[in-house]
Amino acid sequence: MTAEALGVWLGAGFTLCILSFLYKDNPFYKFAEHVFVGISAGYGVALQFHNVFLPNLWRPLIAGNLVMIVPLILGMFLFARFSARVSWLSRWSIGLLIGIYSGIAIIGFGSGDLVAQIHGNLLPLWGSDYLTSFNNWILCLGLIACLVYFFFSREHKGSFGFVARVGIYFLMISFGASFGYTVMSRMSLLIGRFYYLYGDWLHILPQ
Amino acid sequence: MKKLLEFINNLDRRWIFLFIGLAVSLPLFFPLGIDFTVSHPVQGFYDTIEKVPNGSKILMSCDYDPGSLPELYPMTVAALEQMFRKDLKVIVTCLWPAGPPVVERALNHMAFEYKKEKGIDFVNLGFKEGREVVMVSMGASIPNTFPTDYNGTPVTQIQIMQGVTNFKDLAMIVNISAGYPGTKEWVQQVQARYNIDLVSGCTAVSAPEFYPYYQTGQLKGLLGGMKGAAEYEKLVGVMGLGTRGMDAQSVSHLTVFFFILIGNLAYFVLRALKGKEVK
Amino acid sequence: MRKEVPLIITFLAGAFFIADYFVPHTGFSHIAETINGWTIIVITFAYVLGVANVTRVNLDYIQRKGKDTPYKIILLICLLFMMTVGIVWGIAEGTIFDWFFINIYVPMQSMMFALLAFYIASAAFRAFRIRSTQAALLAITAVLVMIGRVPIGEAIWKDFSNFAEWIMNVPQLAGKRAILIGAALGAISTGLKVIVGLERTHLGAD
Repeated sequence: MTAEALGVWLGAGFTLCILSFLYKDNPFYKFAEHVFVGISAGYGVALQFHNVFLPNLWRPLIAGNLVMIVPLILGMFLFARFSARVSWLSRWSIGLLIGIYSGIAIIGFGSGDLVAQIHGNLLPLWGSDYLTSFNNWILCLGLIACLVYFFFSREHKGSFGFVARVGIYFLMISFGASFGYTVMSRMSLLIGRFYYLYGDWLHILPQ
Repeated sequence: MKKLLEFINNLDRRWIFLFIGLAVSLPLFFPLGIDFTVSHPVQGFYDTIEKVPNGSKILMSCDYDPGSLPELYPMTVAALEQMFRKDLKVIVTCLWPAGPPVVERALNHMAFEYKKEKGIDFVNLGFKEGREVVMVSMGASIPNTFPTDYNGTPVTQIQIMQGVTNFKDLAMIVNISAGYPGTKEWVQQVQARYNIDLVSGCTAVSAPEFYPYYQTGQLKGLLGGMKGAAEYEKLVGVMGLGTRGMDAQSVSHLTVFFFILIGNLAYFVLRALKGKEVK
Repeated sequence: MRKEVPLIITFLAGAFFIADYFVPHTGFSHIAETINGWTIIVITFAYVLGVANVTRVNLDYIQRKGKDTPYKIILLICLLFMMTVGIVWGIAEGTIFDWFFINIYVPMQSMMFALLAFYIASAAFRAFRIRSTQAALLAITAVLVMIGRVPIGEAIWKDFSNFAEWIMNVPQLAGKRAILIGAALGAISTGLKVIVGLERTHLGAD
């Protein structure tokens, strides 16, 4: 048996172990689950070592770029969490990470989402063909209604409440579409696995 | 009748599992061969790559892991097929840890088919941790962010990376994404800052939230899920897992619809019957 | 000092990266690029910290001799094996590391996610009850999109796919856009609260 064939049999075996959970929790599933967690954690460390630690930190440092001592120290500070006496050092590293991500997120959400999406909804309500105009009216009214619904500083009653209810209907359409696509996504994953079992493992699928 | 409705209402979920298993399995053995048309977002994806001048450099960020393989791997292969056919130079990055080995296989397989050479026609720069920070860092300098490729070769020694500093040196970005980090972050951090053409292939779960980006033009094309992959394969002219899975997709969706229908029918008819009994 | 210094670091880092977007100065961008490079490295250590924590938790469990001890031992053996093999012999295609990844990790992770297909069908059967107008709207849209976006929809009615596409491009888009705008406002306000120090949960308890 070649290494490739052995690998497929092993993969199929573990796949069936995971699949057995559908009947009920059992030792085969537990075994496969723990192997998976161990392998994935070990995989991550080896990958980080070769793809980040060596090229981005270690090699520049030993080549003479002494500034790289700063991220090395900041990284080591994170491990201070394991000691109650010096765990406060880890906050310095976490503070830096959180600050950077917050700053980047503000810019990203501001320019990429807020401004661009509002700009994208500034649509001509008449002037083009009937279908485009109709669609643009739906988009504009729908967006306004949904944003009115999200405004909770004022009670949703009267005409304000009516517009908020229309907003809920648009949101329900959104969630329904998301559910439909979620079903599509999950079924695709199962189709892929069955294709692997019937095709790559058992070779019983028609060509 | 009432007993039947009660049986349906209290149906053991393992029967549902069995039906779903059959709904997915049987079409794989007995294909229906139902045809389908290509939607506008998928056409946009194809056309945007097709418009890129032959020989240009493209960044392809494969931000997924084996959990989304059936949806995203066919997209990756079909995209590589189109790009290699146009003699485009492909620079691949991964922002998900479990992505690089999967993409490496796709690259090596397609490179063998199209007789492309690693380092000259394509390169897999591997994975970097950091998500949005990596994207922003690439905007300043791709070689500084990825000093080596996935196998450890310094990028200074890789021919395809010569003359590539940041996004300005690339014709467009193709993003195949399973979630976070992915298309949303590429739109926010890269497309919004550098105004580079961006197309996305994503899981069906994420696709609905990216339609606003497609409408504004922030995304020039969008492939959503296995159906998106199948439509794209049709345009590229390949028969991949996306196309092969469509019949199973159709039957499984009908099965879920059937369960929703009988679940509601059983519930409401039983409720009406119980209401009559009380009266 | 133990809380003030991290808050100052958070403020300086956040403010710097907001300013970086607006300031075109090359020197400024160079500093931002350097700090970005450091962040990538520090996050890598955070990942390793996570794995170290997993190891510590499982070792504690083994010491306490819980009922799943054999499984925890298997977990740690696999972790150590994969890490050692990867670091020592490399991670390229064709290595032992790659073989275990492709033949064990990939099938298992794929199957774990594929299980969701069964659960979503079961959940749709049990929980999807059309008790109100809103629920009806959600259900009808879900069904129309589910059927319209697969080939059998086009076989039933040739414009079914176009109709499903219209739903995605118009009413669905309006709702999603509102959520995007709302989420953007929320993210910006949360980010500002973190940067100015009003939000301190990331620093943990005293």
